[in-house]
Amino acid sequence: MITSIRGRNLLTLDQLSDAAILEVLDTAELFVEVNQRTIKKVPALKGRVVASLFFEESTRTRLSFETAAKRLSADVLSLAVASSSVKKGESLRDTIATIDALGIDAVVMRHSSSGAAHQVGGYVPHVRVINAGDGLHQHPTQGLLDVFTVRQVLAERAHAKGSETGKEMFAGLHVLIVGDIRHSRVARSDISAYTALGADVRIAAPGTLRPASLEEWPVRVVDDFDEALEWADVVGVLRLQRERGTGSFVPSLAEFTETYGLTSERARRLRPSAIIMHPGPMNRGVEIDSAVADSPAAVIERQVSNGVPIRMAALYLSVNGTAEETPS
Amino acid sequence: MTYLLRQGLVVHSSSTRVADVLVSEGRIVDVATTIELPRGADEIDVQGCWVGPGFVDVHTHLREPGREAAETIESGARAGAVGGYCALVAMPNTEPALDNVALVSYVLDKGARTPLDVAVAGAISQGREGLHLAPLAEMAALGVRLFTDDGTGVQDPSLMRRALEYARPLGVRLAQHCEDESLAAGGSMNEGVISSRLGLVGRPALAEELMVLRDIELVRLTGGSVHFLHLSTARSVAMVSAARREGLDVTCEVAPHHFSLDESACAGFDAQFKVHPPLRTVEDAIALRQALREGMFDAVATDHAPHSPELKDRAFDEAPAGMLGLEHAAALTYEALGGPDADPLRFFEVMSRGPARVAQLRAGDVRVRHSAHGGDVSVGDDANLTVFDPRQRWTASREDLQSRARNTPYDGRSLIGRVTTTIAKGQLVVHEGKLV
Repeated sequence: MITSIRGRNLLTLDQLSDAAILEVLDTAELFVEVNQRTIKKVPALKGRVVASLFFEESTRTRLSFETAAKRLSADVLSLAVASSSVKKGESLRDTIATIDALGIDAVVMRHSSSGAAHQVGGYVPHVRVINAGDGLHQHPTQGLLDVFTVRQVLAERAHAKGSETGKEMFAGLHVLIVGDIRHSRVARSDISAYTALGADVRIAAPGTLRPASLEEWPVRVVDDFDEALEWADVVGVLRLQRERGTGSFVPSLAEFTETYGLTSERARRLRPSAIIMHPGPMNRGVEIDSAVADSPAAVIERQVSNGVPIRMAALYLSVNGTAEETPS
Repeated sequence: MTYLLRQGLVVHSSSTRVADVLVSEGRIVDVATTIELPRGADEIDVQGCWVGPGFVDVHTHLREPGREAAETIESGARAGAVGGYCALVAMPNTEPALDNVALVSYVLDKGARTPLDVAVAGAISQGREGLHLAPLAEMAALGVRLFTDDGTGVQDPSLMRRALEYARPLGVRLAQHCEDESLAAGGSMNEGVISSRLGLVGRPALAEELMVLRDIELVRLTGGSVHFLHLSTARSVAMVSAARREGLDVTCEVAPHHFSLDESACAGFDAQFKVHPPLRTVEDAIALRQALREGMFDAVATDHAPHSPELKDRAFDEAPAGMLGLEHAAALTYEALGGPDADPLRFFEVMSRGPARVAQLRAGDVRVRHSAHGGDVSVGDDANLTVFDPRQRWTASREDLQSRARNTPYDGRSLIGRVTTTIAKGQLVVHEGKLV
């Protein structure tokens, strides 16, 4: 178990302790305030260079990370790496070596292959690697911003500051994650984060969109989605990843919506206090109805805003922190 | 040349004894408790070592023609020699595939210029595309005794049936890479709890087992014979063993990586551990070791699969499958057979006699161009001999390989037992663990 990401790579949440996760959340809370200032910038990473390497298409996550790095005063090298670089013949090792030769402190990277960020971590041990999504594996900052958002909402309701509540808001919290779990790196990171903090996580998905070999996942699979909605404090709706060929895993999108879409009708089963989340980009009308996505229970835009302070915290701790600074 | 191997434990087919072995003019000319050193002979002290028939690998990817950057017939033969091999069967998934007499002849000719015997496995289907039969009879006339589309299995059961029916009267054997591609599609490691956690698409054990089951039934239907390549699951071995007990003509092999490693090695996303069929569960690896000790495998076969570094450096799902095997197979097999408790008879059975039987390279077989392998170590045998020192401790290193490629999964692994001497086709090829 990793007890702090200070001075370390952030590749996966499945080896982070509750303390490591809380440290990121508490740090992010400080950065929320920075983002509300007129001058949204702190000198924390002044003079540091962060390379943003997206081997897979992304607008939101990339913008969020680059915004975060700039608000920490880091210089950002944004490299347009087409996913075809392998087809052009350049290996991942060579691409990274080239960028490393420019002099960098951190790499934020997204890649369509699971484990690509781990590999890069091995190639450039002196550079901090932040995984911005690797294949079907992990999307650590999404998992962190999801638990951060939940804590923020629940703390506000209790008129407390999130950092004062630690992980108490998560004790026994009912979290239901629904949709394309099989192809979802967000689901894997969310499940790691929620369970590390003590939540009770259940998943709902058509048989074909449940991951193979679930027996060691710290979750319970529910067969009755409607019943589970009544149970849930938090519903995390996943994007149906049609670009990953998910279409052939269900008979039709219409049937998916009928059985596992968060329709307006189905949303009425939710408790009034339930929080609805979605990592975006949404397929409105497929996994979630427009009306539900725009309802007060949905915190989807807040997730997006929280992406910046969470990524600031991840970059700050990972790049600026040294292992020695970690309280023993 | 004349060599006298002094006082090794000579491993005959069904007994062992400490003796001297005299090799001259390409044959074993004497085996006796003590032999006087003939004039001009080289004396090699092999006390404490096992002396047996030279190893035979029925499953080597020599990459030539087409991918000489990864391996050539010459470099593969060197790697084989230091691993104790006297004969290699070159797999046909080259570029282009070995699916006609011209290409088979090319490999046989180049092989003949190496110190080892290089036999060829021909492709079952034209271009290994699984659509039309390759000219099996023409290739058989050149001495090809094994046919396979290895790299993939023959997916179409109807084509496999035709191939079995066609091969039977030719006296040749079909070797199958068992993986149903529709079930394994897109997968890069064993499907299970680890692939699920890592977000890597899995290749389920069932993809292999289903084709093993299918081919056993096709052998039953046609009366043909199949050699099952690199079985990797406990159930696959159980099915083949049961089929053999029923009297079906089936043989099988296991690769060192499937009994020495397991799927957990993939957790670091290092593509050195990517192979097809994939590394399986710990339970499978244990079952394979037990099956090996119990004699259920005809052969340990390396599936030596060189890949150039730039390909293995790719992300796990994008990297090619396969790993090196020739140079470490003997030590890993010794370990799997129980290390100090290993039975030398079983060891030479799976490293030499069994694979020679499968590849039809023994003295009684109809061989073309090749010397006889997998013999008894008695007077008159062709001099293909391997000396294995079960006491040597060493560490596998990527830097020490004779292969052109570097994709060994064993870098840094502690090993016990090492080949010290290889005499192939009557010539001393490896002495004190080094190429002569």
